Amino acid sequence: MSLLPRLPCFARQFSSSAARFLATPVDKKPVLNKEFKIYRWNPDEPAKKPTLQSYTIDLNQTGPMILDALIKIKNEVDPTLTFRRSCREGICGSCAMNIDGQNTLACLCRIDRKEGKDTKIYPLPHMYVVKDLVPDLTLFYKQYKSIKPYLQNPEPPADGKEFLQSPEDRKKLDGMYECILCACCSTSCPSYWWNQDEYLGPATLMQAYRWIADSRDSHTAERKEVLQNEMSLYRCHTIFNCSRTCPKGLNPALAIAKIKMELAAD
Amino acid sequence: MLSTRAVGLGSPLRKTLFSPSLARNQSLIRTSFAKRTVQTESLPPSASVDILNKQRLLRPSSPHFTIYQPQLTWIASIANRGTGAALSALLYGFSLAYLVAPGTFDSVHVVEFVAGLPDAAKYAGKALLAAPFAFHSLNGIRHLSWDLGKFMTIKGVYQTGYAVLAGTAVSTVVLMFL
Repeated sequence: MSLLPRLPCFARQFSSSAARFLATPVDKKPVLNKEFKIYRWNPDEPAKKPTLQSYTIDLNQTGPMILDALIKIKNEVDPTLTFRRSCREGICGSCAMNIDGQNTLACLCRIDRKEGKDTKIYPLPHMYVVKDLVPDLTLFYKQYKSIKPYLQNPEPPADGKEFLQSPEDRKKLDGMYECILCACCSTSCPSYWWNQDEYLGPATLMQAYRWIADSRDSHTAERKEVLQNEMSLYRCHTIFNCSRTCPKGLNPALAIAKIKMELAAD
Repeated sequence: MLSTRAVGLGSPLRKTLFSPSLARNQSLIRTSFAKRTVQTESLPPSASVDILNKQRLLRPSSPHFTIYQPQLTWIASIANRGTGAALSALLYGFSLAYLVAPGTFDSVHVVEFVAGLPDAAKYAGKALLAAPFAFHSLNGIRHLSWDLGKFMTIKGVYQTGYAVLAGTAVSTVVLMFL
């Protein structure tokens, strides 16, 4: 039958329109075209300025999320489109990008189905671009490493097995340990845009407080000491872009405020 | 669509596709793949650092405030900074001007100058002074409450933010008619 694809590359073209392969015919959905304008920059042609490239796809042949649209474009329209993705369910933090002006995870962001409205997709703001939607997060990870994000306690546990914690102490870590380090908050912060070489940024600072607040950690004083300078912590001007944009609904601004209060009490 | 031609494998791929018996012939595959149209260069693993560093120098910085959605959070913050800077510039500017030319910038002359202006200019000038002052003062209170750990949620930020905007509007009008 002519409907059946003959060549393997032909089959790929229709991979996301599963209805074609069903035994009983399904009602054909109307075409709902939407334009996506996506930031492009290719390191192989570094002299070419970054541009917005336009792609139009049928939303009724696409999954509900922005990541579904990106994958469809990459599979069926333009295989050179580059972006990071992994878990597609908001737990790996790979697909963090700026969608319609807000930093969020493409896999947790629904496509706006309003007709005639395009969606603009940029990489995370004020970061060096490796290619297209892939930012260079080397510095971000280095900053995270610099706050020693692990338990520091030279004393052996009292029972010789594990460090115990009261339910109240454990509760202090809620809203902080859930961070997946997607960098949405740090790259939404104007202070981080202008001072990322010295200011640690909301994501790293919240993790710094996660270990300051941990009752099992004995290096609290040292942890606070490294933040006690003009740049690392105090470039936070309580702007709240971090909490406003966090795709996991966490509140880095509150964690930073708590560090400031603890440092002020020292 | 990914074209086999684009990666330089066009003819050898087709050859192996259409002759499955030949596909098992390893030496033939090697010779036919050697006819690639794209030239590659063999490099030691240590060369990767150089390539990476060369690329790092050329990377563009992604766009930031021009593409970020205007939100009450950061717009209020930059307005706080802007109004603060403008008010300080006015205070220091006026004080320095008074130091330089005390005869021109004393109270009597300023009052005289303003009295001679048309009403529209008076109200516009008052609004222009009152709005930044009201906003900066009220937002300052908002910042102080944050420093005490109050309203540290997104809901709190938006409620206090709109309250400051409403308060600014009311105080500006009141100050204009003083």
